[in-house]
Amino acid sequence: MPQNSSKNHSSNQQLDVTGPTPKSPRTKMVRSSDDNEKKNLVKKLKDIEISVPIVYGNIAFWLGKKASEYQSHKWTVYVRGATNEDLSVVVKRVVFQLHSSFNNPMRVVESPPFELSESGWGEFEIAITLHFHSDVSEKPLHLYHHLKLYPEDDSGSLSVKKPVVVESYDEVVFAEPSEGLFARVQNHPAVIVPRLPAGFSLPPVPAEDADKRKRIDPKDNPLTQWFTNFSEADELLKLAAARQQVQAQIARVRRQLSLIDGQHQQQLKPPSEL
Amino acid sequence: MDAKDILGLPKISLPVSQEKKSRPQKDSQRKPDGISREVYALTGGVAPLMPSIDVNQLKKRQQQPENEKITWEWLSFTNSARKDDLKLYHWVRVVNGTPPSGDYSFAKYNKYVDVIKYTDEEYEKHLTDPSWTKEETDQLFDLCERFDLRFVVIADRFPSTRSVEELKNRYYSVSRAILIARAPSPADVSGHPLVKEPYNISQEIDRKRALSMVLSQTKQQERKDAEILSEAKKIMESRMAAKAAQDAELAVTSNTSPEGMEKTTAPVETASPSNIQATSGVAPLMSMADNAAAAAASLRMLRVYLRTYALDQMVQAASSSAGLRTIKRVEQFLQELKVNLKPKVPTKAVCAEHLELRKEILTLLNLQKLLQSKEEGSSHREGSYTETPDTPKRGIDQDRSFIPDSVSFGERVGKRDQKRKW
Repeated sequence: MPQNSSKNHSSNQQLDVTGPTPKSPRTKMVRSSDDNEKKNLVKKLKDIEISVPIVYGNIAFWLGKKASEYQSHKWTVYVRGATNEDLSVVVKRVVFQLHSSFNNPMRVVESPPFELSESGWGEFEIAITLHFHSDVSEKPLHLYHHLKLYPEDDSGSLSVKKPVVVESYDEVVFAEPSEGLFARVQNHPAVIVPRLPAGFSLPPVPAEDADKRKRIDPKDNPLTQWFTNFSEADELLKLAAARQQVQAQIARVRRQLSLIDGQHQQQLKPPSEL
Repeated sequence: MDAKDILGLPKISLPVSQEKKSRPQKDSQRKPDGISREVYALTGGVAPLMPSIDVNQLKKRQQQPENEKITWEWLSFTNSARKDDLKLYHWVRVVNGTPPSGDYSFAKYNKYVDVIKYTDEEYEKHLTDPSWTKEETDQLFDLCERFDLRFVVIADRFPSTRSVEELKNRYYSVSRAILIARAPSPADVSGHPLVKEPYNISQEIDRKRALSMVLSQTKQQERKDAEILSEAKKIMESRMAAKAAQDAELAVTSNTSPEGMEKTTAPVETASPSNIQATSGVAPLMSMADNAAAAAASLRMLRVYLRTYALDQMVQAASSSAGLRTIKRVEQFLQELKVNLKPKVPTKAVCAEHLELRKEILTLLNLQKLLQSKEEGSSHREGSYTETPDTPKRGIDQDRSFIPDSVSFGERVGKRDQKRKW
């Protein structure tokens, strides 16, 4: 399956191992070995992309008896790894921009879990900005999520126990990551990393302490029980079935076309006989 | 209401009473407290968002006179800022019989500058200078004290003609020398601004000259300067863009046509900031496969993007050759196949499959159109007119449409021959 998408990238698999096109050979010789190493870490891996599957959305609980006119729901908006993994390996901080009627509508969350809880009564669009570490990307990425408090069916009774959950799945793609970044994240569960072509070696990167990484275990989050499990298998099956149908129809139409062409060929014969 | 009377319709009493209710409410909203109606209207008839004056404080001042007895008296006073003992008179607010104490309230504004005074010995020791006589230096310092270091005035009053910078230079260097000489150790004085940053006369002259030049620039010169600056900026930007475009170039290789490559390599040196746009501008002229390559290149330029965004771009690139109606039909098809228009779980594999499916549906629709037109063509006897082939996307289709053309013409020719034979 990944092979199909590589059709979209150029078919050139050559990796520029000698480094980026040297613009000033003079300065290159002056650089010490330290600089060379740093350059290698910064060098981009072409035709390689790493992706981080994320899920973002909100969970809203109706407050029931404790609900007032202005605080009827308690909601949490969040960005999480698709399998509840720790996103801080690539994400430095997340900024949630709330409706202007909130105090300090720009909320910054510096550490995982990247979530924000508030209470209110209204549904509005929240602008979520993901800021990445400097070796990942300079530019932030924007997501938009419409906060949902009330269940879809209007007649549905509001229940205190069962929250309204709306989540969206997406994947953040980092095209041409730097070598340093690749080495850093290749063993992290939150990141999908493709296999490197054979004969390619990465510079050694100090291995992250596995204990340190699990310091904030996302599985301790009480909201975890409400998260939806996104599986691609379902969609893949449906897509494969649809493609088969379409291909069958294409074959049928092609057959019909060739039939007609055959008929025309036959009609051509009689005039020449005359 | 009169119209209703004439028509004999019953009057509906409810809305009228509602109007009356809303009006007094509005009036009480409009009427402000504390200021007249006309003044309030100056603000636009709306209360300010933030109260600028705390209304409570406005009434405070009147409370004090209730406790005390205030009289005003014509009394004399002394001014500590004066060197003589002149006594002047003014009105004084007396509270309960006792006049106010303290110095004249404006005496504190009489400030002096500390101008250093040196002795003759010190002059001999540290301050001699070839271009300045002792007399001149003394005069300078006297003027400095009289005029509080206002050098423009001092320069005007100075007996011999010296520029402001020269006077300043002399004054500051003398003060500095005295400071250093009098200080018990050099470290004590090193914090003093005079010692830390001495007066640099040449720098000052240059700076003032540059300043006057800028001030006296005519409008034309200003415009020229701005143009040059903006051009320099553009060149910088184009250099950056060229660097980035070169990086992108290395990735997008065999898919782009040779002309495209030339177009991108050529304008690298020219000061045009739209290099990246040039690479993608060439794309619409190429076929669909190149569209996809261009879209992929632009995604790579972004470095960081969402998979859903990438899918949208690729879908757009794939359907760029199709019209709006065709796109709608593709979406209808997808819905009939029970496939989500935007995949719910957009992983790499799912997105690839989705894209392929869309492309196949496009192919199917095109083929169906072709089939339809052919069927129409064969049902007509004089079928030549209907054989205008719709713009085929694939080479194969193009070949196919040519054969029926020649066939139908052959038919016509045959018929004509038959007629002639008659």
